[in-house]
Amino acid sequence: MRGKAKMMTEGTSFVKGVMLGGMFCLVFTLFANTEIRGGSGLRSHEHHHLKAPNKEELLKLPEAKRLELSLTIRVLCLIMVTPKEIGYWASAVETWSKHCDKAVFYSPETIKIFESVSLATADKWIQTRKAFQHAYENYKDNYNWFFLVESTTFAIIENLKFFLLNKDPEQPFYVGHTVKSGDLEYVESSSGVVLSIEALERLYRILDDSAKCPEKGSLLWKMSQDKELAVCLKYTGVLADNAEDDEGKELFNSKNINTLVVEAMSKNPNEVVEGCCSDVAITFDGNSPNHMHVLMYGVYRLRPYGHTFNDALLFMPPVGSDND
Amino acid sequence: LEQGQHHGSTEEPGFHLPLHWQLHLRLSAHYCLEMAVRRSVISLLMFCCGLGLGFVICHLAINAINKEAPLHSHLLFNDPHGHLEDSHHHQPHQHLQGEMNFNADISQHKDENRSVADELYKKVRILCWVMTGPQNLATKAKHVKATWSKKCNVVLFMSSEEDKDFPTVGLGVKEGRDQLYWKTIKAFHYVYEHHLNDADWFMKADDDTFVVVDNLRWLLSKYSPDQPIFFGRKFKPYIKQGYMSGGAGYVLSKEALKRFVDAFKTGKCTHFTSTEDLAMGKCMETVDVEAGDSRDTNKKETFHPFPPEHHLSKSYLPKTFWYWNYCFYPAEEGPGCCSDLAVSFHYIDSKTMYYLEYMTYHLRPYGYKFRYNPDSPPK
Repeated sequence: MRGKAKMMTEGTSFVKGVMLGGMFCLVFTLFANTEIRGGSGLRSHEHHHLKAPNKEELLKLPEAKRLELSLTIRVLCLIMVTPKEIGYWASAVETWSKHCDKAVFYSPETIKIFESVSLATADKWIQTRKAFQHAYENYKDNYNWFFLVESTTFAIIENLKFFLLNKDPEQPFYVGHTVKSGDLEYVESSSGVVLSIEALERLYRILDDSAKCPEKGSLLWKMSQDKELAVCLKYTGVLADNAEDDEGKELFNSKNINTLVVEAMSKNPNEVVEGCCSDVAITFDGNSPNHMHVLMYGVYRLRPYGHTFNDALLFMPPVGSDND
Repeated sequence: LEQGQHHGSTEEPGFHLPLHWQLHLRLSAHYCLEMAVRRSVISLLMFCCGLGLGFVICHLAINAINKEAPLHSHLLFNDPHGHLEDSHHHQPHQHLQGEMNFNADISQHKDENRSVADELYKKVRILCWVMTGPQNLATKAKHVKATWSKKCNVVLFMSSEEDKDFPTVGLGVKEGRDQLYWKTIKAFHYVYEHHLNDADWFMKADDDTFVVVDNLRWLLSKYSPDQPIFFGRKFKPYIKQGYMSGGAGYVLSKEALKRFVDAFKTGKCTHFTSTEDLAMGKCMETVDVEAGDSRDTNKKETFHPFPPEHHLSKSYLPKTFWYWNYCFYPAEEGPGCCSDLAVSFHYIDSKTMYYLEYMTYHLRPYGYKFRYNPDSPPK
């Protein structure tokens, strides 16, 4: 009888422990969300969305003003390549990067075949830091937008400029496709990261602060470089914005068009789904070198006769290029 | 968690734990004391285990609830034909199911001016007939139907058997490569008998050909349908004036169609081979139908026997490949391969149909001034 009684007390002890632990956890979670915010309430799960300009609004501006505006947007492209990816490098040089106001290629080490800035490191976060530092030091006076991409990304700079048209570069902008990780909202590096000159300036200054923005990363474990960037920028008051068109479609895509089409259709095999992608999309990642050439043709050349657009801006084709 | 578990003494200086935490700590502390008093170590252990487990379970539960809902593609409407199945075939999941409609994005095209294209739609009427078969309806023809074929003035899907639901025309032949010319002959005869006055030009395409019908209209607008002429990607072997690649698609003028049908009545043309494109070329030569030049004003090819990647990539097609010897006009690889106003590509699988639809009609560089102007005089 005594044994049974003992088991009973053990059992109830366990159950009491479980209940108490559960309650502890609930309370802790609730408090954690409010305490860290400084008690300002639960606003941690709001996304920041940034839309493309409204074309009707744009057309209201006089033509001279619109032309002036389109010329004031100067984009510097920072393209990260590696020695193993010569094919990707070549296709970026031969295709979309010709439409950047300036394209600078960054690589982990010096390579003879193509012109690039050697970052002398294989660590992706240090590469990102050094690339942005180099861009700021060398190009801060002539460019007001800085666009960091991977070698597998195809970008349409005209659509990027259209998107940036009504955003003041003297304001801190950090734009791309955003992802939430806990309380941190960061721009995914694979689909491209855009910084205004103001954001880049703030980043440049905080990169020197080894307490807030250390080279080895801000946590005990390794975070990806896109998260590290977001943490550093957050210290300077710069938050990430997700770029969308006026229908809410993503402008920065971490997958290529084929993948997006197949995914959208596979999820709903018995339905007719809406077109996956924006007409003024800016990036698609995950492209092979050959695909870059197909995209170049598809974007800048292939079109149906008899369809014209009344666009508010005018971008001329680059000099000395034959595939656009 | 803050360090220092103080037993709820209100005279404590320095920091105060939030009230809830104090309460829980107190409860745990009391319980620990109880256990210690009873000297039951096992109970204490069980309690602690329970505490840990409760915490973990709760934490997992909260995380699961907080997980973002997965992105849903925006659904438009149910396919009116219900569940299309590959009923005769194994592995239905390998094929692309469903459909995608890019044309629902009307707001993205509010600033699009289609007046020239709409004019041509009325002036240059095109009947497209698509060579398909019962086994390809759900896997290939369906995606042709969902994309480019909508832009033809009339579209017909030609199969060996009639299918009232799709719908397809039943030609009364068997399926198979050796039946291709029979199918072509019967298809053109069917079109002649039922739709001669519905169109001016008659285009044959495969269920893996992608056609930009607007560009076909532009090409044909410079000719009269009463001219005996046909267009496509011209190949030079066997026929002096050349013949048109079957896969890249070819288009007959109304006069050419009349002469084709007439020739079978009189026996001038017969089914002498199953090599459809060659046979068609031979017949066209026999009835004095001209093999037209379908290149654009810069002499760039518009009909393409392969997908874009094959033509645009340097060194994709080896120099020893038959293609280079077959092309009537000197063919190029790389950007010079293809006109901006391309008319067709061949060997296009179902997902690439949507890709090309998006690339041609939707994705564009905002404000960009295209280099090639089709309306300016040739260089």
